[in-house]
Amino acid sequence: MPLLHRLVRTDSAVIRFTIDGTPCQGHAGDTVLTAVLCHAERLRRSEFTGSPRAGFCQMGACQDCWVQLDSGERLRACTTPLAEGMHIITQRRGSHA
Amino acid sequence: MTRRIDCDVAIIGGGLVGSSAALALRGMGLSVTLLDKGFCGAQASGVNYGGVRRQGRPSEQLPLSQRAHAIWPRLQQLIGIDGEFLRSGHLKLARSADDMASLERYAAEVAPFGLDLELVGHNQLRERFGVMGDLVGGSFCPGDGHANPRLVAAAFAAAARRAGAEVLENTEVAGVSRTFEGFALEAGDVAVTARSVINSAGAWADRFARAFNEPVPLERTYPSMIVTEPLDPFLSVNIGIEGGGIYARQVARGNVVVGGERATPLDNPDYSRPHSDGALTIMQRASELFGPLRHAQAIRFWSGTEATMPDRNPVLGPSATTPGLIHAFGFSGAGFQIAPGVGEVLAELVRDGQTATPIDAFAITRFSPASQPGGALKQQ
Amino acid sequence: MRERPPPLIVGAGPAGIRAAITLVAAGLRPVVVDEGHACGGQIYRQPLAADKRDDRARYGSEAAKASRLHRAFAALGSDIDYRPNTLLWNLRDGAADVLRDGTSRRFAYDGLILATGATDRVLPIPGWTLPGVFTLGGAQIALKAQGCAIGRRVVFAGAGPLLYLVAWQYMKAGVDVAAVLDAAPLPAKLNLLRALPLAPGIVLRGLRMAAELAFGGTRVQFGVSGLRIEGEGRVARIVYHAGGRERAMACDGVGYGLNLRSETQAADLAGCAFRFDPRDRAHLPERDAAGRSSVAGVYLAGDGARIAGADAAEAAGERAALALLEDRGLPHDPARAADLEHVLARIDRLRDLLEAAFPFPSHGAGDIADDTLLCRCEEIRAGDARRAIARFSLTEMNRLKAVTRIGMGRCQGRMCGAAAAELLAAQTRRDIGAVGRLRAQAPIKPIPLAAGLSIDERQHDPAH
Repeated sequence: MPLLHRLVRTDSAVIRFTIDGTPCQGHAGDTVLTAVLCHAERLRRSEFTGSPRAGFCQMGACQDCWVQLDSGERLRACTTPLAEGMHIITQRRGSHA
Repeated sequence: MTRRIDCDVAIIGGGLVGSSAALALRGMGLSVTLLDKGFCGAQASGVNYGGVRRQGRPSEQLPLSQRAHAIWPRLQQLIGIDGEFLRSGHLKLARSADDMASLERYAAEVAPFGLDLELVGHNQLRERFGVMGDLVGGSFCPGDGHANPRLVAAAFAAAARRAGAEVLENTEVAGVSRTFEGFALEAGDVAVTARSVINSAGAWADRFARAFNEPVPLERTYPSMIVTEPLDPFLSVNIGIEGGGIYARQVARGNVVVGGERATPLDNPDYSRPHSDGALTIMQRASELFGPLRHAQAIRFWSGTEATMPDRNPVLGPSATTPGLIHAFGFSGAGFQIAPGVGEVLAELVRDGQTATPIDAFAITRFSPASQPGGALKQQ
Repeated sequence: MRERPPPLIVGAGPAGIRAAITLVAAGLRPVVVDEGHACGGQIYRQPLAADKRDDRARYGSEAAKASRLHRAFAALGSDIDYRPNTLLWNLRDGAADVLRDGTSRRFAYDGLILATGATDRVLPIPGWTLPGVFTLGGAQIALKAQGCAIGRRVVFAGAGPLLYLVAWQYMKAGVDVAAVLDAAPLPAKLNLLRALPLAPGIVLRGLRMAAELAFGGTRVQFGVSGLRIEGEGRVARIVYHAGGRERAMACDGVGYGLNLRSETQAADLAGCAFRFDPRDRAHLPERDAAGRSSVAGVYLAGDGARIAGADAAEAAGERAALALLEDRGLPHDPARAADLEHVLARIDRLRDLLEAAFPFPSHGAGDIADDTLLCRCEEIRAGDARRAIARFSLTEMNRLKAVTRIGMGRCQGRMCGAAAAELLAAQTRRDIGAVGRLRAQAPIKPIPLAAGLSIDERQHDPAH
């Protein structure tokens, strides 16, 4: 079950993206964090223990929600608007788990 | 109320040199007082790049460097932690044929010292070491490596304390003078008398040398460093570049430390910060050299305060003016690897008045006006 | 003759907005650097896209203030050089380094108003990194700006006025709020009665929210300790101590926070002197009643200087701007300045009472279990810190950072710094003010290595 539950903006323009290769739909006005967590339970795994993480402060302070695009680009999910065609990787290659 | 301490040796400066000397002297059974104006290992010893490197040192440093080389793998026994020392090898890169020729000359020159340098060509750089960029080749020293400077100096000081040294932090030495029996030091509310004094005060050592009529052309320098977020392992070796530029290493946890350029002091010259321009420059160079850094984030910059001598060699050895005083400073940004060896040498100088390790090239007299025709300082 | 560089305002929350309006009124054209995509800061944050909710629905009782500030800021138009989505990452010698769209830029400024705001203050509890646990501020942003709930059945825990506000907002949005777990004992709330004459509106609104939560079926529990969040891969329940026994409650989302902490990195890089503030239990940049820092030309306003809330931030932003004008020899309004200082003094008295009503559970720091993660970024446990403190005889925060990596990760100590200081103080039996503070280093937040050399916008060379 996803972590976040959308209460409004369910009928705004659809934005298509993928999470670890799986096609997903977000909505105009979503941050990457919102878009991913409306589908998934986590954003990434921690580097040292492989524990699941899904952000914490949602205001760009705690740096817990950095995710990677398949292009290699890294972005902070809570402060980045979702964009059409983003391919988001929530699991680093060679990471734990 | 003034606290009085009498001891065999007073050490001014609790960096890696002073702390390792304290530990070595305790091992000889001498009583030691180690004084630091701040916290032990908080200045250059604790905030340097962390390179444990013999390659690239001038040949006169290599006997000392080899002595230290034998100590690094024994840190666990010596100080209770391994200091995150990793014998990764050190790869020095050449960007031009001239630079490669220079690496070849160096390899030939230091061959007698047993560094086992291996010259590698362009193709091997990418295949063996994952290094890209416009490079001709490099020189690989398999026995070199890197360690965590924040831990090593602090752990030497903590080990010295456990071994019975009196370690006084936040205790600035205000004055030191020669007495009939030895030395008298004033440091806040502490008065120390000692038979010998080691001046290992780093970037603040010139003050104490001058107090004994031995002025030195010590210059303060401020390296500039950045560290990335933790990344998947891609860089197995400690990287340097012939002719300077940047140096880089990836720690076991994945962070990549990149150094290069110079920082500048703040209003209080004991503290410094990298300049944005300098930091961005080394970030750009690193991201060009290593593919995985192209998308990486820098999470922190830092700098430190180092003592640099005009000839880039340290001052190490007995004072020429004052019996019982020994200098050990001015490691010119390359003190981390040799410091544990310097500590042992200092302990021998205190106990025996001599050491088997050649250190004549580092005598403080090389800066005295009498040894310099025309008074000019030797520049290199 | 060289033109004087513009003043720089960092942050576009209530303090930054008021500062900008005041400078523009005096004929200056400030640069306003804002990490947000639009003005408002965290409290009056605007959504990325319209979502059919009006300001009343989004900001509740504060809707009028939010609308007024948004409109006034928008009306400044090109009278300011507004830079949204822009991170200030370094300051030195009158030059600012900012990052936008992955590219670094550098420009000169003359006069600096720091309105950098605050984030949630937290103490680590077991399970605080589990997916589904957010700060109170984070839970509020999810709801207000993104229109999402952090769970189907949510518990809010911690301390501070925000605890009740966010819980109430979730209830009003139709989410099942299972409990409000307040670390403060009920008697602490008597301080609210003392605050009543100072701010009847605020106090009565708070009491009404608590009452509505309780009547709506939310368990409102005071004197909560021993918080623990459990679950496999995500939040499943919260366990706590209250009334002499341990209780557990199933939930799939937790909002947690213990009041707020100031974002002081820019003030640190600007060279401001800091001093320990007992009310906030933090080292804060020194400032006078007008907002002048210890550095000439650097002014501090809003929660980034000391936690006092949005109304105080508005007043402080305007007051700091008036001080900048006065120090430049420009016309300013001393009577207005005096009024603002009066307002700020009144709010300050209110904050004293609110802090007493919602006290920070500082005793909890000494009790953090050894296996609890203290530093989320570097995954350093409390026990690792305690062993390092003993082994290295540590007494100072930057030494603790150096040997344990606490505060060295991506967040640079924002999330763990307060807790690490409490832990160090508890273990060494020192006053919390005596263990020092983590020195800030650039970059203020992570920047890409490929940011490139800064595009230099300086027409002026401040170094000469």
